[in-house]
Amino acid sequence: MSASSSASNFLVVGERTNITGSPKFAKALKAGDWDACLAIAQQQVESGANILDINVDEALIEGESTMVKFLNLIAAEPDITRVPVMIDSSKWTVLEAGLQCLQGKGIVNSISLKDGEAEFLRRAKLIRRYGAAAVVMAFDEQGQAATRDEKIRICTRAYRLLVDTAGFPPEDIIFDPNILTVATGIEEHNNYAVDFIEATRAIKATLPRAKVSGGLSNVSFSFRGNNPVREAIHTVFLYHAIRAGMDMAIVNAGMLGNYEEIDPILRDLVEDVILNRRPDATERLIVKADAIKAELDAAKAGGTVAAITPIDAWRNDTVEARLSHSLVKGIDTYVEQDTEECRQKYPRPLDIIEGPLMDGMRVVGDLFGAGKMFLPQVVKSARVMKRAVAYLTPFMEAEKARAAAAGEATRAQGKFLIATVKGDVHDIGKNIVGVVLACNNYEVVDLGVMVSCDKILAKAREIGADVIGLSGLITPSLDEMVHVAREMKREGFTVPLLVGGATTSPAHTAVKIAQEYAHGVVHVLDASRVVNVVSALLSPEQKPAFLAENTAKQERQREEFNARRNKRPLLPLAEARARAPQFDWAAIDIPKPAFLGTRVFRDTSVRELLDREFIDWGPFFSAWELHGRFPEILKDEVVGAEATKLHADALAMFERIIAENRFQPRAVLTFWPANSVGDSVEIYADETRSAPLHTFHFLRQQLAHDGGKPNLCLSDYIAPKSSGRADYLGQFAVTAGPGVEVFAHEFKTAGDDYNAILVQALGDRIAEALAEFFHKKARDFCGYGLAETLTPYDIIHEKYRGIRPAPGYPACPDHRHKPETWRLVPVEKEIGITLTESCAMYPASSVSGFYYNHPDSKYFAVGKLGRDQLADYAARTGIAIAEHEKWLGPWLDYEPA
Amino acid sequence: MFAKDAAIPLAEHPSFQALRELFARRIVVLDGAMGSMVQTYGLSEADFRGERFRDFQHDLKGNNDLLCLTKPAVIEEIHAAYFAAGADIVETNSFSATTIGMADYHLESIVTELNHAAVDCARRAARAAEAATPGRQCFVAGAIGPLNRTLSMSPDVNRPDYRAVSWAQVVAAYTQQVEALIDAGADLLLVETIFDTLNAKAALFAIDEVFERRALRLPVMVSVTITDASGRTLSGQTTEAFYNSIRHAQPFSVGINCALGGRAMRPYIEELARIAECHVSCYPNAGLPNAFGGYDESPADMAAVLQEFAQAGLVNLVGGCCGSTPPHIRAIAAAVRDIPTRQPVAVTPALRLSGLEPLLA
Repeated sequence: MSASSSASNFLVVGERTNITGSPKFAKALKAGDWDACLAIAQQQVESGANILDINVDEALIEGESTMVKFLNLIAAEPDITRVPVMIDSSKWTVLEAGLQCLQGKGIVNSISLKDGEAEFLRRAKLIRRYGAAAVVMAFDEQGQAATRDEKIRICTRAYRLLVDTAGFPPEDIIFDPNILTVATGIEEHNNYAVDFIEATRAIKATLPRAKVSGGLSNVSFSFRGNNPVREAIHTVFLYHAIRAGMDMAIVNAGMLGNYEEIDPILRDLVEDVILNRRPDATERLIVKADAIKAELDAAKAGGTVAAITPIDAWRNDTVEARLSHSLVKGIDTYVEQDTEECRQKYPRPLDIIEGPLMDGMRVVGDLFGAGKMFLPQVVKSARVMKRAVAYLTPFMEAEKARAAAAGEATRAQGKFLIATVKGDVHDIGKNIVGVVLACNNYEVVDLGVMVSCDKILAKAREIGADVIGLSGLITPSLDEMVHVAREMKREGFTVPLLVGGATTSPAHTAVKIAQEYAHGVVHVLDASRVVNVVSALLSPEQKPAFLAENTAKQERQREEFNARRNKRPLLPLAEARARAPQFDWAAIDIPKPAFLGTRVFRDTSVRELLDREFIDWGPFFSAWELHGRFPEILKDEVVGAEATKLHADALAMFERIIAENRFQPRAVLTFWPANSVGDSVEIYADETRSAPLHTFHFLRQQLAHDGGKPNLCLSDYIAPKSSGRADYLGQFAVTAGPGVEVFAHEFKTAGDDYNAILVQALGDRIAEALAEFFHKKARDFCGYGLAETLTPYDIIHEKYRGIRPAPGYPACPDHRHKPETWRLVPVEKEIGITLTESCAMYPASSVSGFYYNHPDSKYFAVGKLGRDQLADYAARTGIAIAEHEKWLGPWLDYEPA
Repeated sequence: MFAKDAAIPLAEHPSFQALRELFARRIVVLDGAMGSMVQTYGLSEADFRGERFRDFQHDLKGNNDLLCLTKPAVIEEIHAAYFAAGADIVETNSFSATTIGMADYHLESIVTELNHAAVDCARRAARAAEAATPGRQCFVAGAIGPLNRTLSMSPDVNRPDYRAVSWAQVVAAYTQQVEALIDAGADLLLVETIFDTLNAKAALFAIDEVFERRALRLPVMVSVTITDASGRTLSGQTTEAFYNSIRHAQPFSVGINCALGGRAMRPYIEELARIAECHVSCYPNAGLPNAFGGYDESPADMAAVLQEFAQAGLVNLVGGCCGSTPPHIRAIAAAVRDIPTRQPVAVTPALRLSGLEPLLA
């Protein structure tokens, strides 16, 4: 534990009280276990931290009050509060709340030029007034500095501003020139450590008195779970960085070793990586790291330490062990060669699949089940498996012909039929479930998207499916699932039915679907649960108990549902309308759009969306079942390494998408003169507003709100006809283009589910980014957007005026606004989005909706609807109430007749 | 916009230059206690109330700051006595004149007026003393006390995270006092008897904001109270940790007052003298309180202690706190008169942090 041996003044900033780097602290903080939090802080000080880094940035935690509470508690602990505090947050308000609790002189981590010079200087001035030092990140309006020159340029600019303009004492400036992860397998990352070290050297030489710090654990993220290697990387990195002038680092003090004491072979390999001394440095270190890990595991298992393992030791193992290794690590380099070697050894190809290959996949399944592997890794393992199976298939076909001749039969563990239901086109989640099941030796038959009920049931009979799985993302799919369940009953099926997908829920499954079919309807939350469910359902021993428990659970859910429904009666529609928000229409700013009618945009590039940070990465990681906030997720203790790899793969895929022109981002924007009449909005062909071109009928909240909050309807945000004000309604549709499905299909055909799912997930991100991008354009067209000073983060988090509700979503639950719109605006003709019978958009990577400019407009959920509103809706629309009840089923507060 | 403004340094109040010249010449003398002097007048509840608060519904005796309004002649007389004893600077009688301090007496509404009156009393005495001795310069320090509620400590042992007051409330209270003291014509500000550094930081924060708004800086003196022989403030900081915490305010002087007698203060004054780039002040109590709540050190005792500090080159400003009287100040002034003042130290600029203890990075 002595980096300080290399430089007497080097300071250790304890990182264990940083929620983003310490699961233990995160857990204690989330549980409100303050004693445990204090114990962690105390342990850091006791183990030699000179400064405590405190970070409570977490989505579910209120940062300001938590920071204040923790600092106040620390203030009462003399053994902790004897050392200075580094208040660490990405939110200025949290930093400022923390500054107001420190009697000592602490450090703010961090400020940067990210939000522009004025904000940077304003914060610097306040920090000085509070009497703290500041960590300044090498980050500017354009983003994070990665190269040496960028780091030096940004730090120098920040230094000059702080010292010359703000009069900030140079000795109170601590630069963090960004320690980035090396050995990621991406070539551009190879020089990151050198960039940091050289930038440090230059900063210390040219910016007098400024200090240099950094978060050390970043550098070794690629080696998560391999502490000896990480420790060596940290020690070697610090050895060089301290020599270049680094003054302090945020570290787990316990993980610092002594440079001289590192095994010279490992040290050399690490140094190759840190100093970027040879192109194959990363591969060589990975091999060594795996060997060290294996040694450790062996030592743990056998209690002895094996002799030093040669670099590619695993290649000297038995062929079975090599296959298993390839599967677990997702390495496809040797899989065909090893499979062939097996084929020479085993009597039948199937023995290889059921033997070594399935053994390997079982390890993968176990690790995944235990939370030690993550979805992206599992999908990569599946890719290796598929290649092995593809290699064996011709041999099996030949053998099957022989077997058939001999009258034998073969059978996989179970057959799973899966489909996205009629009218729905979304299938990322379904594809993931298919891959995960296939990894577990289930034979998966995937019928794809928009599959009608009769097709599903016919195929199920044909193949003798053991389980049927239905997937759907939009609300009308729920009805279709109910329909499938009814048909299964009618046709006398007895196999279990699984339902899943974004729109499904345990409650809906219990209340609506399970009652239609008696042989087991199970809601599956996500892919990580599906294997357990399917294996229970296919085990004659487990199945009865599992289904009994499932039925009992659903019975409870039905009771709860009914109890909830009866507890909160709805307001009569007239009263809900009386509680509409009141606006002073004479005073409200109503901008006039720069154009009326429709404009088509075909020139937006994926590159522009990426560069301008319109991509909201959070949902991308969620799709892969990696949960957390971006970019913090990249440093997450548990999933950080996988998230980082996945993110790197995504960026690389984007480069390919751009280079090969795979996506075709397009948009249509329309502005109509509009006025509201009651709960409806009339749009007009022109400013004479003589006769309505069309009327959009909206639905109003009927739940009684506490505290006199109004009952909202989208028509409330458009000036009423009676106000005499000219108002406007916007509409939009955007799509990432048909290329998404084509590209994904290419991968799928080649057996590469990983990249197929990746492409689809990126298509969705581009569609969402387009929606955000064109909403910004729309606000600019309306004028008020031009005055916005929002960061990309603010925009992704919707910190602007106005909303863009989408049909089928909570503010606007009726999907049929889409066909209405398609009749008014040539969406299909101009940008190629078509609608299914359930009003799903195809290509799936598309978004459409309305624009509202009202300064007070906000998103809301219409919630449950009463029969009176449905009757009124029928009268307004001239469509039979029964038809509405079908489309709005999930929103009804009553049982339709 | 801001960037341009920030490039222009704030103008300095004329007292800056005058005080710099005075401090360069010799050891400067501050006044002694206000409270012990008020006691000698034996004022009654009716005296504290005066005409104006005759019918006020709460007791007012003991609210010494109120006397600036109700017995201004007494306060002016005490200031005059200190000037006559040889003080260069007197402190305004405004130690508790904040909304938080006056809340105990339900007099939050007169805080601004009170500070004005406090400065007026001191200024009248200063002008009179200057008139009596042509060429003499007398200064008025706006006294800013520590508050009876603290930002670093919980009053409830069972809720260590609880605070009886918020940062925003403390800054607001100090801002009002500082504005009033400056408006009324104080020559400098003295943040004193600091036992919780976070309260002091809030005061310095408020002062800095006021200076920026006015585009004018006054000299700011800062004086901490070391509670006992542990050598720490009540909120737990060592002397150097404290100095690191307030150094950003670029004080004109830093020092120690109250609580201890001079003799017990020596190691901490020595520490400050070693690390402070600015002037160093020391105005101890007249010894420790005795069994009757009085103070035992005679003028000669106190003068001897401070004379020794001066001879050791530790101080630039001396005076007295609780229990000291004009005779004490007279003796002190005489004792340091011919001793050269402390020479400022050149401190290597460095990142100097602190928790309860200092950290040189």
